[in-house]
Order: sequence, then structure tokens, then C-alpha cells
Amino acid sequence: MTVAIPPQTSSSSPRLQPTGWLRYFSFSVDHKVIGLQYLVCGFLFYLIGGALAGAIRTELASPVSDFMARDVYNQVLTLHGTVMIFLWIVPVVNGAFGNYLIPFYVGARDMAFPRLNAVAFWLIPPAGLMLITSYFLTGAAQSGWTAYPPLSITTPATGQIIWILSVLLLGGSSIFGGINFIATILKLRRPGLKLMQLPMYCWAMLGTSILVVLSTPVLAGTLVLLSFDIVAHTGFFNPTLGGNVVVYQHLFWFYSHPAVYIMVLPAFGLVSEILPVHARKPLFGYVTMVYSIMAIVVLGLVVWAHHMFTSGTPPWMRLFFTIATAFIAVPTGIKFFNWLATLWGGRITLNSAMLFSCGFIVNFVLGGITGVALAQVPFDIHVHDTYFVVAHFHYIVFGGSVFVIFASVYHWYPKFTGRMLNEDLGRLHCALTFIGFNLCFGPQHWLGLNGMPRRVAEYDPQFTLINQISSVGALLMAISTLPFLWNVVQSALSGKPAGDNPWNALTPEWLTSSPPPVENWIGDAPLVEEPYGYGVPMDQLDLTATSGRDLWSSGK
Amino acid sequence: MTSTLPVQPESSHAIHSHGHEEHADHRMFGLATFLVADAMTFAGFFAAYLTFKAVNPLPEGAIYELELPLPILNTVLLLVSSATFHKAGQAIRQNLQGRCRNWLLVTAGLGLAFLVSQMVEYFTLPFGLTDNLYASTFFAATGFHGLHVTLGALMILIVWWQARADGGRVTAEDHFPLEAAELYWHFVDGIWVILFVILYLL
Repeated sequence: MTVAIPPQTSSSSPRLQPTGWLRYFSFSVDHKVIGLQYLVCGFLFYLIGGALAGAIRTELASPVSDFMARDVYNQVLTLHGTVMIFLWIVPVVNGAFGNYLIPFYVGARDMAFPRLNAVAFWLIPPAGLMLITSYFLTGAAQSGWTAYPPLSITTPATGQIIWILSVLLLGGSSIFGGINFIATILKLRRPGLKLMQLPMYCWAMLGTSILVVLSTPVLAGTLVLLSFDIVAHTGFFNPTLGGNVVVYQHLFWFYSHPAVYIMVLPAFGLVSEILPVHARKPLFGYVTMVYSIMAIVVLGLVVWAHHMFTSGTPPWMRLFFTIATAFIAVPTGIKFFNWLATLWGGRITLNSAMLFSCGFIVNFVLGGITGVALAQVPFDIHVHDTYFVVAHFHYIVFGGSVFVIFASVYHWYPKFTGRMLNEDLGRLHCALTFIGFNLCFGPQHWLGLNGMPRRVAEYDPQFTLINQISSVGALLMAISTLPFLWNVVQSALSGKPAGDNPWNALTPEWLTSSPPPVENWIGDAPLVEEPYGYGVPMDQLDLTATSGRDLWSSGK
Repeated sequence: MTSTLPVQPESSHAIHSHGHEEHADHRMFGLATFLVADAMTFAGFFAAYLTFKAVNPLPEGAIYELELPLPILNTVLLLVSSATFHKAGQAIRQNLQGRCRNWLLVTAGLGLAFLVSQMVEYFTLPFGLTDNLYASTFFAATGFHGLHVTLGALMILIVWWQARADGGRVTAEDHFPLEAAELYWHFVDGIWVILFVILYLL
């Protein structure tokens, strides 16, 4: 048996790659390094976006504009949305976990295009820095993360142009990443590994990447046209020059509705990996999960105008987009019940990863229900542009995606570092986050139903108490980050050694050392035909399962 | 066979000797995926143009008139250039590097002729970029396409340089740069045909 030892053999490469901690600051092409680069970089931007959210909630703790000037509030609001979406959730649920896990799951030693992968990551820090520094240099964009014209044309131009350039860079990064994932999943699978044997996260990333490749370029083209309107004084979206603002909205939401799925589909995939491991049961309904993901991809591309029911949308369009949106609830509901069925009767370990995953299921179903409500035109017209929409959106992207990101960090941290996280601090983090989150965004449903508009620095004094409750929730969420930060730093230095497979999991990333060697396996990649083959007594569990029956045959 | 990833010990040396090099077949697949994304950008422009045409009538006195002769010439130039690029590909597969390079030069020349002809059209049009909505969209779509032609012509010249007999990267056995540029060039031609129909004929 010839054992391939990667570090020595790669010395034939003309590129000298650093090997210690310095490689995380280098143009490394190792998918695991790039994954962690995405994760840490994204988390730093999460702290910035969180500080901006804190500033917003501080301003809204009183009905008058006293904490910051109104135009500063607009800038903070715009930066918060842009940073959280384009620099935190999208790069982390796709780039970080995708790059780290997908090559393991398909049995490859790296992504299909490693250098393109590194380029995709290194577009992010400059774009993010450009966006943040625009606040200090010229004033950041003020038109919200949607950059609707004519607002984006009439607010100060420099900040808006820098915003557009940043989003174009981040969109390019996202497209490069998407191409890489599609090529890796479809073309780089280990021989003998069938598509229907892949862990669910692969399917989620395949679906997400299809959405990225089809929809992100439309946003890029639209923002180029918008920048023409700002710089060259064309009139694409400028009504005073004969343009049409609704066309911008259509093009924008053609990307930005799928963007919600780009943020949440990978989270579905990640949670489908975590639940079976800690419930010691096979993932329920694998095949329906796969078809649900693909149904969400198709439907997700044809529901965008439900964001525009108050934009003079004609009745036939309202009808079509209401029905299409309601249809999405079907595959999403299938996934929801599959997760419940996975937990049902399992030997559940209530560790931090599992608790965050359960928190995700609870929050996400609440956000899903308000989502179905918002798809109904009469109701949507009533609450459009109110805090109800803010609450719904945050239940999806924070209660959904961010909860899963934390669950995933608790689940895969032993693999990343070779050390365990402190479970007590993890449970404290989860409890604080869950309470803080629901305290912050739950009452906002009430605010919206009673007519408080979103994106305002001042509001009617009757809403003061509820806003203060919401701000207390935000403070709790800020505090909840502290045990997490302490935990990841402390555990990296002196945590309990994890061993190769602390969870006795069956997916391929656990069948190698922690942290894994440069090319993932010493020797051959294992052929994992049953990534969810749990449910047998622990002493009969074959953790090196490289052959086996069909996992989805009946009687299991 | 769905994957070329070596899992046998003897072949796992192959991937190590190449480090993290991309595999040619996957590169073509990746390029095709990128072109799908690129096509979606054009689709966005076309959708905007058609919507403007449908719901935003031109104001009184606005001029938006297009002549057909030059664009028809442009269409012919690009279609012929696709054929000549195909001939270049055939030549390299038969190991005729000299002929391949000549066809490449012809293709690049046709591409540059397209750009010159496009410039002539731009400067003879009775409207400018900011004159009205249709004019702006016309320049955005044709300009974005012209950018693609410019990049494509540069690519062809690079491939022409790489296909030289001594020490070139483009050979009968390994001609990924030529294949990639060819796929891209056919894509750019295809987009032009759609653009021609939507902007000039509809």
C-alpha cells in the first residue's frame, strides 16, 4: 500500500505555500484553509454588522432621533443590511462550510478550481473594507440594502457608487464560488459515489449554486445600469428622465428573492447533517429532501414580484406570484416535517449543536408562517414596509440561517481545530441567543401590524414600550456573543482534545484526522455509501463504513 | 465514468505532481457554467429593454432610429468569424499549427472589423447615450456585447501567440486555451444574434 504524504510531494509546486497559522493570511488554495478564511472573515463582519444593529436599536429605544443624526441612521441601516447579507450570511453558509465540507463529501482532495476558489475569497475582504471605510471617508450609501431608485439616485452619489462597487465584487465572488461548487459536486465525485448517496448538504449547495449562477448576474447588470444613472445621468430608472423604477425592482428582486434561498438553502443542508448525528437516526426522507430542494430552486426563481405588491403590480401578476409563493410552502413544509421525523424517537443528545438546530426549527417555522401570510396580497398591502416585514425577514435569516451557522460551528469545531468546545458555555450562548432573538424580533410583528413603518429613526410615541423591549432583546443578543467568543478562543488554546470523530458520525469528513491533513486523507478517500446509517447499537456501528446496503431501502 | 479523481495509489501520484492544477475537462465545464451566468446578465438587459419598449413610450420629439445595413454586416462578420475559428480548431487537431495560426488571425481580424464597424455605427447614430431611455438601453446592451468582443479578440490573439510552433502551449494533444476561447467566441456570436433580433428587428 503506497501512502501518499502530501506535504513533501507538493514541494514540486512552484508556489510556496506557508504551512503554519500564516497560511490563513495567504493566497492558499487548500479548500479547508479557504473555508476557515471565509468563516473567520465572515464572523468579523458579523461583529461589525452586529454593532451597527446595536446602534439602530439604541436609536429606536426612544421615539425621537437623539442617538445619531438622521442621515447617519440611514447609512447605519444600509451598512447593517449589506454587511449582514453579503459579507456574513452568504459567504459563511456557502463559502465557509461549502468549501470546507463539499470536497470531503464528494471524496475529493480539493475543489474543482482551487485557484478560482482563492480568488473568490480574496475578493471579499477588499469589498468589505471598501464598504465600511466609505462611511468614514465620504459617507456610506443611504438607500438601504435594496438601493431602490429614485432614492439611490438622489442620495449622495459617492457612497452609493462605492456600495455598488462592493456589491459587484461580492457578487463576482459569489458567482465564482457557485461555479466551483457545481463543478465539484457534479464532476469531482469519487468513482462509485452516486448522486443519491451524497450527504444532503451537497444537494443544498448544488441547488444554491444554480440559483447563484442564474440570478446574481442579473443583479450585477442592474447595478451597472444604476451606476450609469448616477454617474452618466442616463435615465434607466429615473422617472424624471423617462425611466422606469419598477423595472429596477423587478431586476433587483429577480436576484434578491433567490438570495433569500441562497442564504437559507445551505442552512437546510447543514441542519440535515447535524440532526441525524446527534439524534442517532438516519435522515428521514432523503429522496423527498432532494426533490424539495430542487423544487425550491425552481419555484424560488419565479416568485420575486411578491416583494412588489404595492408597486402598481397588475392583478394577474399579483395572482400568479401569490400562488407561486404559496407553493413554496409545500417543499419547505416537507423539509420541516422530515427534520421532525428525524428527531422523532431518536436518542437525542441536547448539546449546543442540537440545541441551536432545534432553535432553528422553531424560529424558521415561525418565519415561514409569516412568509405565507405576507404572500397574500390583501395582508401584504396592509403590512408592506412595516416592522412586520422586518420581523419576518429576521426570523428567516437570523432565526434560520444564523442559528444554523452557530449550530454548525459547534458541530464542526472539533474537526476544524482538533479540540472540543465547552458545552456549558455553548448552552449558555444558545439560551441567551434564543431568548434575545425572540425578545428582539417577536414584538416587532406587533409593531408592524399596528402600522410602525420600517427604516425610520423616529416613530409615534405609542410604540415606545414595545421598541424598548425589542432593544433589550438586541442587548441580550449582543451579550450572547461574549461566551461564544471566549469559548472559541479558549477552546482553541486549551480545549479537550477531540480525536478524529468525537460524535461517532458517519459522513466522510469525520473519517480522517482532526484537523485533516492537507489533501484530506492519507491514502484513498473512503467510499461512504451510507452517510446516515445510524440507528444500530454503538458497538456494531462501523465508523469506516466503506461498503454497505442501500441506505434508503425499506426496513431501516 | 463520472470522475477523474485518482483514488488508486499509483494514480494518486499524478494529482500530487500537478499540485492543485485544474483538470481541462472540468475547466471547460466551469467555463460553460460561467457562460450561463454571463448569458443571464444579457438576459437582464434584454428584459429591461423589452419592458421599456412595452410600457414606456418615447416622449414627443425623441429620436430613436436604427439603420439596418451596418448591423447586418456586423452579423455576417461575426458568423463568418465563428466558422473561421472552427477551422482553426480543426487545423490544430490535425497538428497543422501554421494553418491554425492563420485561421486565428483571420478570426481576430473579423472581430476587430466588427468593433470598427460598431464604432462607425455609434458615431453615425442620430442619438447619444443620455438622449432617451431606448437609446441608453441600446448603448448599454451593445456596449456590453462590444466589451465581450474586445475581450474575445484579445483572447484569440493570446491563443495565436500560444499556438506558435516552438514552446507554445497550444498543441494537437493539449489545446485547452483554444477550445476555451472558441466556446467563448461562439457564445459571444450567439448573443449577438439574439441582440440583433431584439434590438434591430423587433
